[in-house]
Amino acid sequence: MSNRLINLENITKSYGNQMVLDDMNLYIRENEFLTLLGPSGCGKTTTLRIIGGFETPDKGRVIFDGADITNIPPHKRQLNTVFQKYALFTHMNIAENIAFGLKIKGKTKAYIDDKIKYALKLVNLDGYEKRMPDSLSGGQQQRIAIARAIVNEPKVLLLDEPLGALDLKLRQDMQYELIRLKNELGITFIYVTHDQEEALTMSDTIVVMNQGYIQQIGTPEMIYNEPENAFVADFIGDSNIIGSTMIQDELVEILGARFACVDKGFGNNKPVDVVIRPEDVELVKPEEGTIKGVVSHLIFKGVHYEMEVMANGFEWLVHSTSLFPVGTEVGIKVDPFNIQIMNKPESEDEEAAPIEE
Amino acid sequence: MKNKKLNSLMASPYILWSIAFIIIPLIMVFYYGLTDKDGAFTLENITAITAPEHIKALSIALLLSLISTVICLLLAYPLAMILANMKGNQDKLIVLIFILPMWMNFLLRTLAWQTLLEKSGVINQVLEFLHLPALEIINTPYAIILGMVYNFLPFMILPIYNVLCKIDPNVINAAKDLGANNFMTFIKITLPLSIPGIISGITMVFVPALTTFIISNLLGGSKILLIGNVIEQEFLQANNWHLGSGLSMVLMIFIVISMIVTAIFDKDGEGSAL
Repeated sequence: MSNRLINLENITKSYGNQMVLDDMNLYIRENEFLTLLGPSGCGKTTTLRIIGGFETPDKGRVIFDGADITNIPPHKRQLNTVFQKYALFTHMNIAENIAFGLKIKGKTKAYIDDKIKYALKLVNLDGYEKRMPDSLSGGQQQRIAIARAIVNEPKVLLLDEPLGALDLKLRQDMQYELIRLKNELGITFIYVTHDQEEALTMSDTIVVMNQGYIQQIGTPEMIYNEPENAFVADFIGDSNIIGSTMIQDELVEILGARFACVDKGFGNNKPVDVVIRPEDVELVKPEEGTIKGVVSHLIFKGVHYEMEVMANGFEWLVHSTSLFPVGTEVGIKVDPFNIQIMNKPESEDEEAAPIEE
Repeated sequence: MKNKKLNSLMASPYILWSIAFIIIPLIMVFYYGLTDKDGAFTLENITAITAPEHIKALSIALLLSLISTVICLLLAYPLAMILANMKGNQDKLIVLIFILPMWMNFLLRTLAWQTLLEKSGVINQVLEFLHLPALEIINTPYAIILGMVYNFLPFMILPIYNVLCKIDPNVINAAKDLGANNFMTFIKITLPLSIPGIISGITMVFVPALTTFIISNLLGGSKILLIGNVIEQEFLQANNWHLGSGLSMVLMIFIVISMIVTAIFDKDGEGSAL
């Protein structure tokens, strides 16, 4: 396991009466692409601003490369930020924008010119030195914002929803661009987004947050396939979340029917939440299924059909490439590996409780 | 088509207003300025500016309005920065406090200062009560500058405040993020980005200060003649509309210059607060 570059220790932050982060602990490894993912107001941007130095936590420490930087102002931190909506200096041309940090550090002109060339090449905008920011498209401005940050050779690049203002196609292109940049630069990226697809595409590690608490930390596969609670399952992709009972190890009762599963250690006859992804629900002939149902809705989505199947009082969301018209009686089958069992929160508080990695 | 007709109909009161109260008076000023008493064409009314007493009045007016503008700028900029950095709605209240005197009549405000500053005025009575030396600035250029700064300060604060409010806080954060300390951030980012507001503030203070005659009448005791006073006297006392119009045209040149400067710097109309 590589080196921990940033350590957030017991970070607490509130604005007035509103608790934004509550006793948060998180470490970020060197060279990692870490994404803070969550709905608005979950504390992800505040976390980023605390790392960047634009907010001071009420309690807790920020350790960077072994040193406590909690009270160090942003201009003395060895990290750079790419802000929401670019935040370019509109009274300067592109070259001056990129040179800003280097000039302040007193680098030579030759060095700065080299760096500008290198950075523009890296973001595929060679020859844009003399252009003004206003004359560039959103995607181009975003690349300049990235170029302006990386010429300073930060150890960590903080990105605050950098693709939020771009349209879908451009956003997808920029996602690949960012992955390429990260690999070429070999530095740590901390990325904030509310877009789960973006997070799944780019990250090495995803930190799912809600209401100031970390809900789950893991690789995109872990987050998607093995969500630890109903919030994560619901936030990441579509899912069927059903309150069920764990009969014994490897056997769960869902909506009155018994399904084989692979999870153990929940105890006998314990209430649990079950997550089944819509693409993992198999529709078969009624007599072959574990439970029977009737197709109630059907939408063509391009890659697959999205269907809703009413079975045992629950509306199952199903993605399938085969078509079952509305009104068809079907059986529902689920492979034991595709049934994800989660502990049921006993109270609201526990749902929001911090989880150790 | 229908909309166009409707629009021009809606605009017609404004057009009439402009013709009656802007275009026609301007034409009259030009007519009087370029003719003599017999109605013959002449440039004498304009060249009259070179007469020593007129040059003197113009110079004093330029000097005093320049000093007032600089003082206004120095007072307004820090204040506008403080206001722009305030959280929530506090700034709105303070801006309101600054605008509040503007709802009162300009003449009344200046008369109030006259009463305050008089030899036996309120300020001197208080100073005397405290056994402090009397303040003798009434009927001096200092009193005129005081009056100008007092009357025109809000016109400097508002455009600068407006421009500062429009600067994305993340642009400031970005400068700090890239290694600039507070001072560098101000010099390299905040100040250049606020130039449109500064320029329009300067125009809005400088032009009325240059042309005023009320402030100099009331606080300068008619001892100090500004170009505005000379023009006023030509119209109201000497009844020489021709000379008054000619001098007004000269003054207009200065106003037009400052408006052109504003237009160049303030392309987006960011500073035009009022």
